[in-house]
Amino acid sequence: MRWFLLAAALSSAPALAADAEPQGQAIFIRNCAPCHGPGIGNPGENQKPGTAALAAKYGGKLPALLEERRDLTPELVAFFVRNGATVMAPYRKTEISDADLVALGAYLSRNNPKFSGRKIRKTS
Amino acid sequence: MPLPPHLSPQLWQEALTRLRAAVGPDALFTADEDVTLYRDAYSPVWGEPEERQASAAVAPNSTDQVQAVVRIAHHFGIPLFPIATGRNLGYGGSAPNLSGSVIVDLKRMNRIIEVDDKRHFAIVEPGVSYFDLYRHIQERGLDVWIDVPDPGWGSVMGNALDHGVGHTWSSYRDHFGSHCGLEVVLPNGEVMRTGMGAMSSAKTSGDFRYGFGPYVDGLFAQAGFGIVTRMGIHLMPRPECFLHRRVLAYRRQDIVPLVEVANKLEDAGLVGMPLYESPMFGAQFADKALRDIATASDVWNGNAIDRYAAEKTMPAWQLGLSFYGPAEVVEASWRHAQAQFAKAIPGAKFETIETLRFPLSPQAEEEALHKVLIGVPNLNIFAIGARSATNPEPADGHLLFSPMVARSGEEVMKAQRLFTEGMREMGTDFPMSYGPFTAPFTWMPRIFALTTGLPVSRSDPKVNQRSRETMRKLIELGARHGYGEYRTPPLFQDQVMGTYDFNDNALRRFCETLKDAVDPKGIIAPGRGGFWPRAMRKEA
Repeated sequence: MRWFLLAAALSSAPALAADAEPQGQAIFIRNCAPCHGPGIGNPGENQKPGTAALAAKYGGKLPALLEERRDLTPELVAFFVRNGATVMAPYRKTEISDADLVALGAYLSRNNPKFSGRKIRKTS
Repeated sequence: MPLPPHLSPQLWQEALTRLRAAVGPDALFTADEDVTLYRDAYSPVWGEPEERQASAAVAPNSTDQVQAVVRIAHHFGIPLFPIATGRNLGYGGSAPNLSGSVIVDLKRMNRIIEVDDKRHFAIVEPGVSYFDLYRHIQERGLDVWIDVPDPGWGSVMGNALDHGVGHTWSSYRDHFGSHCGLEVVLPNGEVMRTGMGAMSSAKTSGDFRYGFGPYVDGLFAQAGFGIVTRMGIHLMPRPECFLHRRVLAYRRQDIVPLVEVANKLEDAGLVGMPLYESPMFGAQFADKALRDIATASDVWNGNAIDRYAAEKTMPAWQLGLSFYGPAEVVEASWRHAQAQFAKAIPGAKFETIETLRFPLSPQAEEEALHKVLIGVPNLNIFAIGARSATNPEPADGHLLFSPMVARSGEEVMKAQRLFTEGMREMGTDFPMSYGPFTAPFTWMPRIFALTTGLPVSRSDPKVNQRSRETMRKLIELGARHGYGEYRTPPLFQDQVMGTYDFNDNALRRFCETLKDAVDPKGIIAPGRGGFWPRAMRKEA
């Protein structure tokens, strides 16, 4: 039910501003990269925790780094940000606003052929 | 979502209208999909009637707005539950003690008021995370360090107010102990400043914590006497050099002199946080012979462990030591430490782990081994518990059980055995929890925490039930032997406060007396800290 509501909300979300991808990249670096970015973890861990988790989950069938994925959609990104997954807690709207989430979704879906060419409009 | 207790739907709508006017429409969250984000993601009662859920959330962006929110809540008798960044995972997250409370989400108050790198303090608002403060300092090239907890996304202020901890020198890693001065909105909406901040002309609120008169700051930590909107915190001057060195000890009993020498070094100001580990902890899951030793009933005499250590040349214990300061000073301190350990522990060996000189390049910072030991915030700790090759089906989070154990090797071994055998008697099998290789955490100065995590699930209530029952039994077992919890999720706060039972729970009764006087309507975080306003007390 929550998934349906979220998808519905996104489908009617404000159209993306022209600078959504760089804005989304900045949001990614600030909020997501400490777990899902490149780089090493604590001693004995050669990847960040989120990257290692996705490497274990997909076993090489999909890239472990979110920024290298070609299958992500804004809706999927929004789902995980607002619902979390295993030890990743959801992000509240005071941390990542709906507008930020749209930008983050645009950034992480930029390699997806279905979304990378999407016309974006500036609304604010 | 639940409504505030004892409030009619009509009055609730009236209150929401006034809250919306006070903070603006974008800063009041009432839709289920928004309020549900304030559930404790690591709740051990997820989706069950006992889960404590908010009625709404309000996000003021200034002290004035917090005052307005408190006055409205006071008028309507609505319980509030303030959170800073709400990342207190394992100890309650962003959920309230009382269902129906309105969350006061202070994340939007994220200003760094001041960082002084000559007098070594910062003054911050609640929404400032460790990442934020670190970035601010780095961008300006300021000559100070922060002390960070394991996850860097939490609030500097919120962590201190929950008695959170870090990883460097003793005087900095007790985060509440290193705070200096608070600004608080009291339950009647009035603003108070403590310490030197109480003198309106003083410019020393970040320097001197006491001012004059009673020191009341402790009332605003792990308690609901007001909403803190600003806090000073002492910072560490950036050292020239960091050494991380390791002592290896090959007998189980060596923990006794190991702790004695480390205590002396730390309390004399020669080392930072001692980092105790046992290489056998991880090794037992790779070698069945060692696991069999660990689970044998006679493991506690240490003979089998000592034999295994000798055969495999594997230390029973290792101790990481952090030295901060000028190169010649820290090298001399390390030589002194080696001499002390060598004298106390025959056969001890020593290792060089890391040597850093500051400032670090971004690349060198990324490659630093234990970033928290050098005040660099990160989220690497989530590797524990996250999905991995060795943990393909991870839990959804954890409860943290954190008993305080006296800082001696004998007490560590005693508590290990107590909690290991206790869990066995409970019929629970969490192999990662307790055993003869459980090492003490030293985050809090002058005390050990024998912390362990119990799994929680957002899909399997049986997992949560087992963890809850285990947690309650561990709290009771620990308290019977004098091992008190220092921090716990709301679900267990009444029980833990009950274990502080000297003189018929005089501490709790005193807190209740204060609560009734300061917050007679019981609107600020009722139940936080395990004590309740008069109208909500069980005997009322």
